[in-house]
Amino acid sequence: MKHVYGWLLLTPAAILLVGFTHYPAAATLVDSFFSTGTAIRPSRFIGFGNYALLAEDPIFWKVLGNNLWFALGTIPTSIALAILMAVWVNDRLPARALVRMAYFTPTVLPMIAVANIWLFFYTPQIGLVDQFRALFGAPSHNWLGDPGTVLACLMVMVIWKEAGFFMIFYLAALQSLPPELEEAAKIEGASRWHFFRRVMFPLLMPTTLFVLVNATINSFKLVDHLFILTKGGPDNASSLLLYYIYQVAFSFFDTAYASTLTVVLLALLAGLALVQFHLVEKRVHYR
Amino acid sequence: MSPAGRRASTLETSAAWLLALLWLAPLLYAFWAAFHPVEYATRFNPLAPVTLANFAKAWTYAPFARHFLNTVMLVTMILAAQLVLCTLAGYAFARFDFAGRDIAFGLVLVQLLIMPEVLIVENYRIMSRLGLVDTLLGIGLPYMASAFGIFLLRQTFKTVPRELEDAARVEGCSVLGVLWRVYVPLARPTYLAYGLVSVSYHWNNFLWPLIVTNTVETRPLTVGLAIFGAPESGVDWGVISAGTLMAVAPLLVAFVLFQRQFMQSFMQAGIK
Amino acid sequence: MRSLFALLLAGLLAAAAPARADTELTFYYPIAVGGPLTKVIDGLARDFEKEHPGIKVHPIYAGNYDDARIKALAALKAGQPAQISVLYSIDLYELLEQDVIVPWDDVATTADDKAWLKAFYPSLMMNGTYKGKVYGIPFQRSTIVLFWNKDAFKEVGLDPEKPPATWNEMTQMATKLVKRDAAGNVVRWGVMVPSTGYTYWMFQAFARQNGHDLMNPEGNRTIFADPDVIAALQYWRDLGAKYRVMPEGTIEWGTLRQAFTEGKTAMMWHTTGNLTAVKDTAKFPFGVAMLPASKQRGSPTGGGNFYMFKKTTREERKAALAFVKWMTTPERAAAWSIATGYVATRPDAYETPKLKDYARDFPQAVVARDQLKYATAELSTFQTGRVRKLLDDAIQAALTGQKTPAAALQAAQAEADRLLKPYR
Repeated sequence: MKHVYGWLLLTPAAILLVGFTHYPAAATLVDSFFSTGTAIRPSRFIGFGNYALLAEDPIFWKVLGNNLWFALGTIPTSIALAILMAVWVNDRLPARALVRMAYFTPTVLPMIAVANIWLFFYTPQIGLVDQFRALFGAPSHNWLGDPGTVLACLMVMVIWKEAGFFMIFYLAALQSLPPELEEAAKIEGASRWHFFRRVMFPLLMPTTLFVLVNATINSFKLVDHLFILTKGGPDNASSLLLYYIYQVAFSFFDTAYASTLTVVLLALLAGLALVQFHLVEKRVHYR
Repeated sequence: MSPAGRRASTLETSAAWLLALLWLAPLLYAFWAAFHPVEYATRFNPLAPVTLANFAKAWTYAPFARHFLNTVMLVTMILAAQLVLCTLAGYAFARFDFAGRDIAFGLVLVQLLIMPEVLIVENYRIMSRLGLVDTLLGIGLPYMASAFGIFLLRQTFKTVPRELEDAARVEGCSVLGVLWRVYVPLARPTYLAYGLVSVSYHWNNFLWPLIVTNTVETRPLTVGLAIFGAPESGVDWGVISAGTLMAVAPLLVAFVLFQRQFMQSFMQAGIK
Repeated sequence: MRSLFALLLAGLLAAAAPARADTELTFYYPIAVGGPLTKVIDGLARDFEKEHPGIKVHPIYAGNYDDARIKALAALKAGQPAQISVLYSIDLYELLEQDVIVPWDDVATTADDKAWLKAFYPSLMMNGTYKGKVYGIPFQRSTIVLFWNKDAFKEVGLDPEKPPATWNEMTQMATKLVKRDAAGNVVRWGVMVPSTGYTYWMFQAFARQNGHDLMNPEGNRTIFADPDVIAALQYWRDLGAKYRVMPEGTIEWGTLRQAFTEGKTAMMWHTTGNLTAVKDTAKFPFGVAMLPASKQRGSPTGGGNFYMFKKTTREERKAALAFVKWMTTPERAAAWSIATGYVATRPDAYETPKLKDYARDFPQAVVARDQLKYATAELSTFQTGRVRKLLDDAIQAALTGQKTPAAALQAAQAEADRLLKPYR
């Protein structure tokens, strides 16, 4: 009886999950072995043909590299800032609620709206960043038009968007630390930095791992801002894998190649899943 | 909340405030550009005249009323379906020892990694086969069985004492009756937390709705805003800022009013 | 009970059979310029219905050009009704390859219809014609023009009524127009040409001025690596890197108008679709001119054409023809031009009293028309999305100094050859 009930309760969700996660994931893999069909030329099996194309596609390697730099550039900084914010907000800070709200606000704003505003920040000469720099006599810079700075500019925006979100998890962790810890450290005369490094940071490790994995997944998934800010340019300097998939599928109509790219993305995510699983095992996450 | 820690030093306080100001700057700028004539969009003069013209213009440039309606309907539909589906599934995983449960649970968790936005190509194909391209249902369907929701509710239901369930059983409650009378009421904080996270997520979601919608009748605010924000003739900062503020206003106001609840919800949803 | 059932049945039948068979036209269209233009289109459709009882028109606003193409194709695939659509003029080959459109010549059979097909500017017909048949009727079409700030010209001692006519003049004037502050930082640039969003389109102007088009009329061969084309890209690059009259790197399409109206650049190249917006926001007198010449003048055309889909009945095709003819009369072409800043698509539209009056008060509006005689088709080939991106990337790589113009364009040409080989 429990078998029947269990499955009955699960069925509605299972149908949708299989239909929109497992089936499409499998179909993506199958499609990657076929050519894209058009009205004139039907689709046919081409084995690893799409993968051979992929290996030779400089844009693919470029966006993959960008994704890597993007992850490296945003994740450690967001986490460091998130910890800093959480520590500050956990203190008896004047106007603490307001400060906390300010940090968290970017989380509830849609990326697409945020990108509109940041576009005005980065506009050369008349944008806010250049106006501010002009106060110190610095020349204007073509922030989004220079392949040397465009990715960094997008990173800054994403750090802004995510740090407050991660802060929340650290705040929760800090509030579960026993207050005696810090009292004891004070009595021993330990410096604040020393206390943080030796006591607090290790205790926050589980949270850091959790945030780390989430941040990495996000760095592959978050491409909304590219639609407004750069469209991946100049010359793919700011393009990311998922955005490239979108372009290949919906502006080149090459669904087979898009599927091949998706397979790579899925493989990357699966790799992450394994890492996460290991980490989670270690800290006995599942109750 | 645990008692607050030490009192911060002046230096740290200033740094914290400065960072807060920086973090609010984009929003503050949007307010400035939206409420002032376009010639002040890049000039910060405290005497600049205040105007609502940008809002009026934005409102006529794009069918915001329709986008609002679509977003509200979409978010409500997704949340309602999620609550039902995830409750049932979460209950199954928490309290029924059925064959294949662990494998099934593992398969559910796969969705935490492979979210629907990753599978845009194939999901679009499925939707067009189902004839659901350009429908609200088509936007919502891939998100309705949420692995995150199932996981969250399973964890919550597991903390409910068995004795409560047994007592309800003795009183003659059916399986669904027990779920409804015992489990659901006790999980109320989880529902609230999940609900807020879900609403925020789908209010802000962009890529999949962009792909699967064709017309004003179905486009949510984010997609409407993206199209509105990138005209061929270039952007008018004041109008775009006004449109942007209109699009984020409901969620932002709700957040400011219930910020404690919001943050605790995200916190709770995250640490489970 | 039985009579009630019969009554219900009768009611159902009556509801199912329409009173009179209307021909229904579903019509997808994009709007690429800001403004409440969807209302204008809806109003036009209602007016048309009033004059043509028996035809119902459902206009569907589909976003920008890319959206509109994707949406219309998706609707066709899904079996939803779509008879006509305004789509990018350069989507022609994509639509041919998908085998979804039919030429207007098939339905435009009367003498009057045939005269109508010849009523438009020839340069606007280039993108809509394939193997001698007309697939695209010009509707909202633009070209690139040069905007200049007359105050800035006066300030540096240039004649404010005389825009540059050649590349050399543009370089020299722009050099004079660059303004620096005490610290040597540029506060006003000489000229800006946008290089995001529609990069290839701007480049076509340079290439055409230097004597070359970028593709053949069959859409299966590109001409990116010609020495004249490479020299054109070199000039664009030099404006920033050598003459220092333009910022280096890419220049954002969307915010350029603001930079111009803020006086941060004395000249800009931009679409005529921007005219109305610049007119509304510029606080200084400005002029609009044809783009300067190197070997000749030149600009690509751009914008949207009316296409008719294949999956249509005879009645629907007739109705579609009636609707599109009605939408493109000289009066409506004139009104649409005034509302949007787009080029009026046919010479006789400029003879209408409405547009004549408008042009008298605002002579900038007719520059685009005068330039049409030098205009060429917008870049459009088979595999157009990919080929366009190839070229965009190559141009941006050159402008940002990542590659030399020659290396960038030669690589793009090789890749385009690979893509287009199957179509030859």
